Parts: sequence; structure tokens; C-alpha cells
Amino acid sequence: MAEPMLQVKNLSVEFHTAAGTVRAVKNVSFDLDRGETLAILGESGSGKSVSSSAIMDLIDMPPGRITSGQIIFEGRDLLKLSASERRKVNGHKIAMIFQDPLSHLNPVYTVGWQIVETMTAHGMSRPQARAEALRLLGRVGIPDPEGSMGKYPHQFSGGQRQRLMIAMALALKPDLLIADEPTTALDVTVQAEVLALLEELQQETGMGVLIITHDLGVVAEIADRVVVMNAGEVVETGDTRQVYRNPAHPYTRKLIGAAPGKGAMHDPLPSAEPVLSVRGARKVYGDFAAVEDVSFDLMAGETLAIVGESGSGKSTVAKMLLRLEEPTGGQALWKGQDLFAMPERQLFALRRDLQMVFQDPTQSLNPRMTVWQLITEGWVIHPGILPRSKWKARAAELLHQVGLKPEMAGRYPHQFSGGQRQRIAIARALALEPELIICDEAVSALDVSVQAQVIELLDGLRKSLGIAFIFIAHDLPVVRDFADHVMVMRKGRVVEAGTVRQIFDNPRQPYTQALLAAGLDPDPDVQAERRAARLAMAAG
Amino acid sequence: MMSFIRKRAFASLISLILLVVAVFFLSRLTGDPAALYLPSEASEEMRRQFREIHGLNDPILVQFGRYVWDLLHLDFGDSVRRARPAFEVVSEAFLWTLQLAVITMTLVTAAAIVVGSLAAFRVGGFFDRIASLTSLIGASAPDFWVAIVAIVVFSVGLGWLPTSGTGSVWHWILPIGVLFIRPFGLIVQVVRGSMINALSSAYVKTARAKGVRTRPIIFVHALRNAMLPVITVIGDQAAALLNGAVVIETIFGFPGVGKLMIDSILQRDFNVVLAAIMITAIAIFIMNLLIDLAYALLDPRIRY
Repeated sequence: MAEPMLQVKNLSVEFHTAAGTVRAVKNVSFDLDRGETLAILGESGSGKSVSSSAIMDLIDMPPGRITSGQIIFEGRDLLKLSASERRKVNGHKIAMIFQDPLSHLNPVYTVGWQIVETMTAHGMSRPQARAEALRLLGRVGIPDPEGSMGKYPHQFSGGQRQRLMIAMALALKPDLLIADEPTTALDVTVQAEVLALLEELQQETGMGVLIITHDLGVVAEIADRVVVMNAGEVVETGDTRQVYRNPAHPYTRKLIGAAPGKGAMHDPLPSAEPVLSVRGARKVYGDFAAVEDVSFDLMAGETLAIVGESGSGKSTVAKMLLRLEEPTGGQALWKGQDLFAMPERQLFALRRDLQMVFQDPTQSLNPRMTVWQLITEGWVIHPGILPRSKWKARAAELLHQVGLKPEMAGRYPHQFSGGQRQRIAIARALALEPELIICDEAVSALDVSVQAQVIELLDGLRKSLGIAFIFIAHDLPVVRDFADHVMVMRKGRVVEAGTVRQIFDNPRQPYTQALLAAGLDPDPDVQAERRAARLAMAAG
Repeated sequence: MMSFIRKRAFASLISLILLVVAVFFLSRLTGDPAALYLPSEASEEMRRQFREIHGLNDPILVQFGRYVWDLLHLDFGDSVRRARPAFEVVSEAFLWTLQLAVITMTLVTAAAIVVGSLAAFRVGGFFDRIASLTSLIGASAPDFWVAIVAIVVFSVGLGWLPTSGTGSVWHWILPIGVLFIRPFGLIVQVVRGSMINALSSAYVKTARAKGVRTRPIIFVHALRNAMLPVITVIGDQAAALLNGAVVIETIFGFPGVGKLMIDSILQRDFNVVLAAIMITAIAIFIMNLLIDLAYALLDPRIRY
């Protein structure tokens, strides 16, 4: 058998930081052939991105340093090539697309110019490159290729920008495409389209695809083989189906076990009195209606999930309830009082009942405050809650409740991991003994294993403390495990609402059905079935 | 775009009007013009005549109205000391200053961009250290001292360059050289900082993944993004030069608007002072407008 196109052998990478030397990648080996799709699966800090950056010579050196290993591509060790020889490989033989296409496209040049540059950088004449760029834009499904050539990145949607990146990467028909979390920032329906496009293009060109992801669903959808990485090491390699069915390593088992969307669904009891009842909520910015005629009821101790893609208005609803955005119309009765019409003074007293946990704890926790200050701040503002003598004991209890240690109270947010920070944010919300917590994409930025823990924590608090939750999310499997009721939103309006069983087992609206169908299941067989169904639908 | 220019012009017009009012009344607060302009031994008859000719006996508001009316016709009155229209006197001086500022800032911008960009490319490298040190010294060296030292060394000591005046190309070298130093130091530092940011950005990573050569990565991909904060500083520095580099113009006997303004203030030649203020104010307004247009030109996300 001939040598595979790409062989990474015993690659090790170190980073020299102020805190000391970090071995980000340890003796990593994998290979990939033409026409094949290999996924590197791992959580944050697993070294998956560093490994792929090493192939493209994109590790910043210093502080990064490749300490051992070979990267053999088409018979040559890339690590032994000169900088100018590697430059000739990049973009021509190996190309790359990234997670966040907006920041990875140069904001001040037209997309046409940027696509043309890939080709002219490797010696193609400008008119020829231009003609090819036009063809590529059409091929990746950008409307009006001719007109789009002269537009700038900010004038496209997120999904279109990723298509532009793909057009740019594939301009010279590379043998290998590295895709680093290519769909993580995209909505589910867009994600499905982009992955389908990648597969089509792979079939056309026969390139090998190396996809870096944290998402088992993406692996199930697209990968032939998978490399599982944890803490800089490869823990398992194998056929995607095989690894999913019979994971050999405990870490892989943990990762598969943590994938959301497999637990039993909640069966909410019919309840008499809602604690919150929203009627005809509306928010208008200028001529644009962000939220239009949204109504729902929330029962005490229940979880309502508001689901939708970007721009659906789901976060605006949450912000209106807390009056972080002034509502344009409608009412929201909280135990009989209208939150939308309440004067500021009265609202102040109610604030402690309604708390919010945001998506990114790195931004929502003040970096200059210790955990102790963050938790006790609410007690300073609302002096009635707890006498000062009991603060210490209660703070310790709260930290314990969210799975942290009381002695961590003196630390600052940056000294914690992402999951721990979100626990701090939850402890902060709990300190005020709220009756409703609004979680705005509160677990979206977390690794799956951490996500599962945080969800479990929230559900436990709901049961033991009777707190009601409004859970805003774009990720359907997470919602399935946690919600009692689900409300699907699109373009500011409610598309469909019902119990979690109704929505997931029996969606009535085509949009809900499409949303569910676009979601990726971690099981490769389930995913293969869905794909077949999707293709049949597209064909017929 | 046009409405933006109109809005800016309107805002500037208001400041110009306030300026006109302030200059007129402040100059009157310094005393009776007849006493100020005429020699102390002038007779009462001469003073009366002077007031008659210049309409100083009319109510102050009438005088102000006449003064504004003349201004609208670009008539700033005559320079009392030079017996020529003040506007003409100032225009000549301003042209000198404008040439000095344009030449200096063009050189500064070109040099600072190249040096700052290369320093940012290898942070902490040999070139970066040299560039950072020189720019720090340049930004903090007092220009009057540099000017004097330069005259002592290049004119008096080596005899290569004239000490002052404007006769030939050689006369320009010292003033430009000295004026170059401080803005160069400042702008190199801003370019360097801004370029370090731009070079670590995601789009530069994309460019490297595309196989783009190093030089276009620095000067095409990163530089245009890095230029926005730089342009602000360039504007600031250029405005300072347009106002007239008083000290440098005086030291080198350069007939620019800064020197003219100081001379006219000392001689109480208020018509000239006012004309100089108005012309530099308008020049600075135009320059700020150009800077705003440069923003929009560099960054397609900025639209007015």
C-alpha cells in the first residue's frame, strides 16, 4: 500500500508562557489519505487546534515550539522545509478554514480581491484568477457572484462568510483541507448546509479533509475516521462508527456519555397558576420589529426553553423581562404585577426575584472582583436578605451547592476554568434567592462534559429550590434534556410552543421540523439515516 | 457623504463665528486702538483723525457689524505695520508654512510607517529595539534645543547648511529635519502598537494559510487595518504644524504663519492676527475633513 498523503508522527509542541512551559501537544500521531475525512475530536485545551496549526506553520513561534516529530505530506517532511517552501505549500496544496469567518476575513478588502489573492500569490495571472474566483463564488452558492466580488466581508451573513472562506481555500484545488471548527459559530440549519457543501466539494476534488471539532454530531455527519484528543494526547483513533459504538478509552466514553439529547424528557404536571404570564410582548428598533406579539406562561418551578437561531429575538425577550431593554408594548405579569409598566423603584425590589446567567462568564463577571465580592454584592445592594454575620456561612454553602470549594472565595474569575466561572455566575444568581433565573445561552460556550454538569446542577436547583427557569438556547439536544415547555421563535415571532414531548416527538410547524432535522446526532448511524432522508427530500 | 460634509462644515462655522466674536472683543479689551497704534507722542488731533478714519467713534456694535461685513468679503483690513491688506500678508506666510507642513508630514508618515511596521514584525528583535529607542528619544527631545544644536553642528561647525532664511533648497533642510523628529517618534510608536495588534489578528493567519508572502502580509493585509489610529495622530501632528511651528520658524528665520502671528501680537497688528487665526482655522477644518474621508477610504465599514 502506498504511503498516506499526510502522516503526522510523534508531534510534540510546547508553549513557553509566563506561568511556565506548557506541553500542548504530546507525541501525537495520525494520518490521512486523499478523499478521506478525518476528525480530530477534543474539548478546549486538548491540543487539537495546535496540531492542525503545526501542519500549516501557523503556530506563533515563540512562544510555541515544535520539540519533536515529523509532518510528512506527499513524501516530504514539512518541518524540514524552508519558510519559503512551506509558503508555497500553504494555500496551494494545503488550505485551511476557520471557526469565525468574520474575523478571519480581512475587513478592509473586497472578498473578490481576497479570493483572487490566493491564486495570484501562487503565480496565477490576475485575469485568470478573477475568472476562477467568479466561478468559485457561484460554486459555493453565493448569490450574484459578479456583484459579490466587490463587496466586503461585513456585507455577508455568517453562513455566506464561511462559504467565502471555503471558496478562498479551495481556489487552487488543494489536496488537503483543514477545517478548524468550521460550523461552530453558525446556526444549525446553516451548519448543515455548510457541511453538505464541504462533502460535495470533497467528492468533486478528491481532497482529504481534516476537521477539528468538539462536536460529536459533526463527527457523525462528516468523518470517516476520528482521532480523540485529551490534554494534548491522542487517546483513541478509529473508524467513526466503531469509536462511537465501542469506545475503548474512558475519556471517549465520558465524552459520548455527556452528549446531550439522550436522557428522558420531562413530563410537566398541569399547573394552575403561572408565576409569569407574558402577553403580546413587542420590541421595535426604528422600523425593525425584533420581537412581535410574544405570549407565554411560566409555571413555578418549571423550565421554559426559548429556542431559535440568531436574530430570532429570543435574547431580546429575556432582556425585556429584566427591563435591560425597554419593551415597546405588551405586558408581563409577575405574580399579578406588570413588569413592563413598573416604575424603576418598584422594579428594584423585584430585581432579586429575577436573576440572569449570561452566555460568557468571562465577560459577565467583573474581572477585578473576587468570588466573595461577586457573591456578596447582591446582599450589599439588597440589605434585607441576609444579616452580615451569616454571609460567610451562606457564601460557603452556595459555592458548595454549585460544586466549588468555599476556600476558592478569595480568587478572581481568571483563576477558574470556563465551566467553573459559569458556576460562579450561577452561585451569584442564587445568592439573591431568586424565584426565576433566566439563562441566556448559559451553557453554549462550555465543553460538552462541563455542559452536562452545569445542566445537571441547574435541574437539581430547580427541583430542590423550586426555581423557575427561562432557558434561552440555540442547541436543541440540551433543551430536550432540561426543558418542561419549549417555545420556538423565528424572526421575532413565536412559531410553535408546547411541552417538550410535543415539540420533539411531534413538531407541527415546518420550521420546527427543519430545525430538528438540521440538528446533528452524535450517533453516526442515526446521522446517516437523517442524511439519507434529507437527500431523498432534496431529490424528490 | 455630502450631508456629513455639510454637517461638519456647519459645526465648524459655529466655532469660526465664536472665534470672530472673541477675537474682536478681546482685542478691544486691550485698550483704545488709537492709543495702541499711534506713538505715545502723537497729538490729540492725530488721535481724533485716526478714530475718524477707522470709524472708532461709532457704537461698538456698529463697528462689529462693519467688521463682520468686511470679513465676509475676505477683507481683514490692512496690516497697520506693513500698510498692505492683512489677508495678503497672511496668505504669503501661510503658503510657506503649508509647504513646510506638507513636506515634513509626508516624509514623517512614510518613514514612520516603514520603521514602525518593521519594528512590529519582529517584536523585541534588534531592529525593534533600535526603532523603539530612537522614537522614544525623538518624541521627547525638545525641538528648540535640537534646532540650536543642529545650527551649531551643521551650519556653524561643519558649514554645510545655512543657519536661516529661505533662499535655496539647502535652507529647507534644517527646519524640516528638526520638525521631523518629534512627530516621527510619536507616529512610529503608534504604528508599531497598532501593527502588533493587526499582525496577530485572525485575518493575518488566513493570509499566511493562503501562502501570501511576508511583505504583502505586513504592508497590504495588516497595514491598512492598522492605519486608523495612526491617521488620528498624523492629523494631530499636522494640525500642530499648520498652526505654525512658532519656535522653529523663529529660530530659522522662516517667514511662516507662526512667526508672523507672534510678531503681529507683539506689534498689536490685530488685523493680521485675526486673518492668521481665520486662515489656519479654515485650513485645520479642511484637514480634519480630509482625515475623516481617509478613514472612510481605508475602512469600508465606516460610512458617513
